[in-house]
Amino acid sequence: MGELRLMKGNEAIAEAAIRAGCDGYFGYPITPQSEVMEYLMAEKPFERTGMVVLQAESEVAAINMLYGGAGTGKMVMTSSSSPGVSLMQEGISYMAGAELPAVIVNIVRGGPGLGTIQPSQADYFQAVKGGGHGDYKMLVLAPASVQEMCDHVKLGFEKAYQYRTPVMILSDGAIGQMMEKVVLFDQVPRRTDAELIEQCPWASNGRPKTRNHNIITSLDLDPAGQERVNLKLQAKYRLMEQNEVLYEEIQCEDAEYLFVAFGLSARICQKAIDMARAKGIKVGLFRPITLFPFPSMEVSNVGNRVKGILVVEMNAGQMIEDVRLSVGCKIKIEHFGRFGGIIPAPDEVVRALEQKIIGG
Amino acid sequence: MEDKFAKTEIHKPENIVYKKSDLMVDRPLSYCPGCGHGTAHRMLMEVIEEMDIQDKTIGVSPVGCSVLAYDFLDIDMIGAAHGRAPALATAIKRLWPNHFVFTYQGDGDLAAIGTAETIHACNRGENITIIFINNGIYGMTGGQMAPTTLPGMRSSTSPYGRDVPTMGHPLKITELVAQLPGVYYVTRQAVHTPNNVRKTKKAIRKAFELQKENKGVSFIEIVSNCNSGWKMTPVQSNKWMEENMFPFYVLGDIKVDGKLVEKKETVEKD
Amino acid sequence: MTEEIIIAGFGGQGVLSMGKILAYSGVMQNKEVSWMPSYGPEMRGGTANVTVIISDERISSPILNAYDTAIILNQQSMDKFEKTVKPGGLLIFDPNGLTRLPERTDINIYSIEAADEAGKRGLSKIFNMIVLGGFLKLKPLVAPEFIHKGLEKSLPARHHALIPENEKAIEIGKELLTPVHVLN
Repeated sequence: MGELRLMKGNEAIAEAAIRAGCDGYFGYPITPQSEVMEYLMAEKPFERTGMVVLQAESEVAAINMLYGGAGTGKMVMTSSSSPGVSLMQEGISYMAGAELPAVIVNIVRGGPGLGTIQPSQADYFQAVKGGGHGDYKMLVLAPASVQEMCDHVKLGFEKAYQYRTPVMILSDGAIGQMMEKVVLFDQVPRRTDAELIEQCPWASNGRPKTRNHNIITSLDLDPAGQERVNLKLQAKYRLMEQNEVLYEEIQCEDAEYLFVAFGLSARICQKAIDMARAKGIKVGLFRPITLFPFPSMEVSNVGNRVKGILVVEMNAGQMIEDVRLSVGCKIKIEHFGRFGGIIPAPDEVVRALEQKIIGG
Repeated sequence: MEDKFAKTEIHKPENIVYKKSDLMVDRPLSYCPGCGHGTAHRMLMEVIEEMDIQDKTIGVSPVGCSVLAYDFLDIDMIGAAHGRAPALATAIKRLWPNHFVFTYQGDGDLAAIGTAETIHACNRGENITIIFINNGIYGMTGGQMAPTTLPGMRSSTSPYGRDVPTMGHPLKITELVAQLPGVYYVTRQAVHTPNNVRKTKKAIRKAFELQKENKGVSFIEIVSNCNSGWKMTPVQSNKWMEENMFPFYVLGDIKVDGKLVEKKETVEKD
Repeated sequence: MTEEIIIAGFGGQGVLSMGKILAYSGVMQNKEVSWMPSYGPEMRGGTANVTVIISDERISSPILNAYDTAIILNQQSMDKFEKTVKPGGLLIFDPNGLTRLPERTDINIYSIEAADEAGKRGLSKIFNMIVLGGFLKLKPLVAPEFIHKGLEKSLPARHHALIPENEKAIEIGKELLTPVHVLN
């Protein structure tokens, strides 16, 4: 078993990046995720593994540092929170277009605008539907514990390179700030330049005589060429939909009602299940772990066995659209959410289930 | 475009008096006839060829007329988003400290939308070379006003001339970055005459050599023309550049060995 | 076993670090734990609270609306959290600075004059450990040896010399605890 620690979610993200063999972290401070870079600077990964850590002048610069680093094949990561991630959308779109691997962490806070520094899940649409311009997706992971914050960094890098795509870890201020027990995976050595060049023959890191020059770009002025780029991206997304769906079912076997929730909301729903079942209400939880690809078939399978679904989110109703698209309109599907940085309490969730689904 | 006779005949060593760098890709440039970009590209590739660092060079191209620079330069390149090249170059150099990293940017890219990235990469003293082509106009989008457009100069968004009270002053960003301690070498050159071409190439060579010494940013501005955007013939545009651009953007070294150069405001002429 | 605790007071009273030491001690004893702070401007001297859950099972929600134990160290927190203690649960408070004492009759209530004691001994920094001692007397969730390990893990190495003092404070706290209202 790996090393056991009590860590904040943000710290786990940072430690996992070092251990995953990340080559470079580029970020800009913003609450509630500043601990990521603070932890990295204190840990001196440049001495531990040779990893570069740099505080950029803005989120715009940070994401473009990622774009540059990823374009050379290096394993790079950034983290930010909602307003900062909005600023990064341009760069993310370019990276998706140029098919570059990277891990981008969004420790979501309430919005819109400067909003609040308290936790939220209101960036679901931005993360899942492609927040920048153009037809693109990112693989989006939604950790629900500090352990998953750690594990999803490693998984995120694996998938980023497998598909040559930016991967987003969509978490929230509460998971970023809370401490839980974490079992850390062992240090993965950083790739040598020779290993990198072998793994990333597409990368721009110096043209030897033995190959043509590599060009990293998202530009193709010829519409036919740009359509080919788009078709390639879409084929990649279909492949992700087939192979990369992750989800968890909790107490669904005998469930008559269902919660669908991701991240922190899913944790709250687990408590709500205990409270509801104590009252004799048989309710289960379906937790999407990948938000893109969304577990459509899987939620549909469970959804079609129950009498009603309550989608619980810390937003005004975003993932519910995907749940409705997946399950259809034969059963009642309602949303319960608190927003602006308020975290719903488990008893509120139970009441919403009773009022909106069972009694409604 | 291959003319076999011409190629085999001309390529006989005894017949060659001049050839383009092997690091220039064999395809026609997309630039307007008379534009300085082609010459600037060639100087850059000659330096990389002569230093034999093709396999250790990573270039970052901008958005603007030279957005397709990577199609002409036979080196590994990454096309940046508009203005962000210095951020890319920062990360690339940090991650590949023994490689040679440069950005190639126009005035809109470097001195308007990318000002923050330019200033901060310079201020951090990144060991990169920034090549800044200043022709005082947005060429690619059709001749709009640039941060470096001269007072009174016409463009499609200043059709009656740049009106300083409403449109602001032209930005001498080169003099501005020269003030930063992270910047080690700053020079302003041109590529419209053989003598200026030679000086530009020498400056590029110096800049790349400095990367070996980890001295900080080397920043080369090349004042250039835009005959299409300026609505002139190439010859007229070069004359106009000498008469109007050079008095404002004075050629010569601005910072050498980390020290600002004391110099009189004179126009260099061949 | 699952124990759901809210610790609430002023920023600067060591509320978060008390929770952290308790949580880390739980980890050392191989329990599942979660530590969920209120964060933000409150950390700069306003109210601060932390939810600590220690369990033998996987922890569901780190956010709760009812607690087995509330440890309350200022009036605002009394107003906010007294009502959140589960019936039959435990409330520990320091009367220092309180203008209204707890009124519930369906829970166990203890007071601990930790601020006073810490002030008398000139040890204001270990105030929170005195409070923790009071709690551990009633709910010995973690054994002293694991508290010791928790202190080692929670405190930076340069403060390890203070561990014996912290452990002494815990013992003081156990003696200071005074019953106010105890259910049969």
